Amino acid sequence: MSKSNRLLNELGTALLAGDIDTVDLTHTLDPDFPVMILPPEFGQCARFRVEEVSRYDDRGPAWYWRNFSCGEHTGTHFDAPVHWISGKDLPDAAVDSIPPEAFVGPVCVLDCSRESAADEDFLLTPEFIEAWESKHDTIPEQSWVLMRTDWSRRSGAEYLNMREDGAHTPGPNSDAMQFLIDERNIRGFGTETVGTDAGQATHLSPPYPAHYLLHGANRYGLQCLANLDKVPPTGAILVCPPLKIKHGSGSPLRVLALVDRRPA
Amino acid sequence: MVEPLKKPPKKNPQKRTVLPTLPPFARSRRALAFTAAAAEGRFVLQRCADCESVCYPAREICPKCWSPALRWDDMPDGGQMIAETTLRTSINTYFRERMPWRIGTVQLDAGPSVLAHIHGDVNERSRVRVIARTDKSGQGVMIALPEKETPNMADDRQLRTLTCDPKFRRVLITDGRTELGQAAAKAMVDAGASIIFVGIAESWRPYPGKEALGALPGVEILPLDITDTISVQELAGEIGGKTDILINTAEHVRPGASMERDGVVTARDEMEVNYFGLLRLIQAFGPGMRARGADGDNSACAWVNLLSVYALSNWSAYGTTSASQAAAYSLSQCLRAEMAGSGVKVVNILFGPLDESWRQPLPPPKVTPERLARTVAETLQQGIETVALGPVAEDVMRRFKEDPLVLERELSQIQLG
Repeated sequence: MSKSNRLLNELGTALLAGDIDTVDLTHTLDPDFPVMILPPEFGQCARFRVEEVSRYDDRGPAWYWRNFSCGEHTGTHFDAPVHWISGKDLPDAAVDSIPPEAFVGPVCVLDCSRESAADEDFLLTPEFIEAWESKHDTIPEQSWVLMRTDWSRRSGAEYLNMREDGAHTPGPNSDAMQFLIDERNIRGFGTETVGTDAGQATHLSPPYPAHYLLHGANRYGLQCLANLDKVPPTGAILVCPPLKIKHGSGSPLRVLALVDRRPA
Repeated sequence: MVEPLKKPPKKNPQKRTVLPTLPPFARSRRALAFTAAAAEGRFVLQRCADCESVCYPAREICPKCWSPALRWDDMPDGGQMIAETTLRTSINTYFRERMPWRIGTVQLDAGPSVLAHIHGDVNERSRVRVIARTDKSGQGVMIALPEKETPNMADDRQLRTLTCDPKFRRVLITDGRTELGQAAAKAMVDAGASIIFVGIAESWRPYPGKEALGALPGVEILPLDITDTISVQELAGEIGGKTDILINTAEHVRPGASMERDGVVTARDEMEVNYFGLLRLIQAFGPGMRARGADGDNSACAWVNLLSVYALSNWSAYGTTSASQAAAYSLSQCLRAEMAGSGVKVVNILFGPLDESWRQPLPPPKVTPERLARTVAETLQQGIETVALGPVAEDVMRRFKEDPLVLERELSQIQLG
């Protein structure tokens, strides 16, 4: 048995034995789940919708199936670099051309839940990341980095937290994004909120730094994640393949984390 | 004096719901002009272009001079009661169920004497005002009213078969996020509706007026998104059996002609709300309402569509929106045909430019949401089915009736700015 086969065999055994948990980081695709709201004169993100084709009835006596429709950025979803203008000309930057190895890999979870509870406009900074690293070690290269805010526990109007001056939700500042890209060479960045950027990120410089900087550097985004409190700060594996949509700017997807439950 | 209508008791769950029966339905092709005018609340009779005499009932030729040149003209509504009786039996099921029933002969100021239904407050040999309305069959009939307003006049049993009074009825307003939806809720409170269900889509997005809406007496806010089939079905499952009046206040309006659009996303959103939204509501709420057209004093009685008058003829400044409104208007005609025989009226209020943000740059005259909402209440109280509201809509409707092809040419010349 080759070394790689042994590794995967061990993984398979651990999965079957329940030593490795498969944690679902995905919200259910629900027609009433919030989506990003843009000024009304712009095009809007399509909501998730289903229409029944048949349900064991005259439209199809023995089978139940439905049509669904949504945007590429509806529900828990993946952002490809071509989503943003800064990534529009990059190679292999749409969901169908991103190398598949990008969709499985190590993940670090930065717990900002306490800070976000205290300040709904909390911004992740390089200092926060370095303080985290002093406890958990340096973020490995090519990792996914997820920002835990426990925002996924909010529902209804509390989730978008939209007011007359826009949404108020946590996210990264520009320096944090630049740091994660330049100094840590991360693969992608994910959040529990409706976007990778903070609710007030239009007022940062550059506006929407997570989108602008991540995608400009050919990195990926994940948003509307859930259950980040069930993923350890380090050591888990993220599985996040988007639908293979031709030249897709993103896609709703199922996001899973493999978490080792064996005592260290 | 008419006894004031009492709040209907709660329904006895052991009793079978009374099914709608109908007054005489058949009309000649000629007589349908009377019905169409009655649906607009107009009282028309045929006048001979040659001898100027007025005739009734509908004829092919003038009974006086045999001229075929009969045209339908608006008539003065005054008249004199010359005979009246109270029917106590009938072979017609509809009237049997509603005995006793007053009918009588009125000498119209317009000329002919006609057989009409009679309001309870009309005295023998008195002066009356005759109005034309559609009955439970959807056909035009006349009812003689007291010349002057009497107390509780609208509560008359016979008059109420011709109207859709919101008093003590339960109303669904499909979109309460807008000024229009909120004004409609207020108008229904003022009209005496017992419950006003107000649908709110996407409660995760704030909207202005939320507190004031929730504070209105009788208002119940419920989740409803007419672009979501499941949401519409779920709400119909809850309140479909007690929705007496449905007022569809949802609309999706965007300026722009087809070549000013990049792609079909916006046009599809317009269709999702204006056309498919209506279709979803019809499929979910229509069957229940159709079955409850004779369900007591708070029977199902009206389905109200609020449509831009450019549903009749496209105005390219709002070209794709007009197209979706035209689709909705066409569907409302289908609905009216499907509701025929149920006693539920399909009311279309065709309004001119509404005073709201998506029509903000348009010049006056505009229709305010409050005015439109008040018109809904008045239209229901009067039992009218088709209204053109505001000077622009009245003008478009008049020209549409004169010649829709000329109207189309004219609208193509109206540019913004």
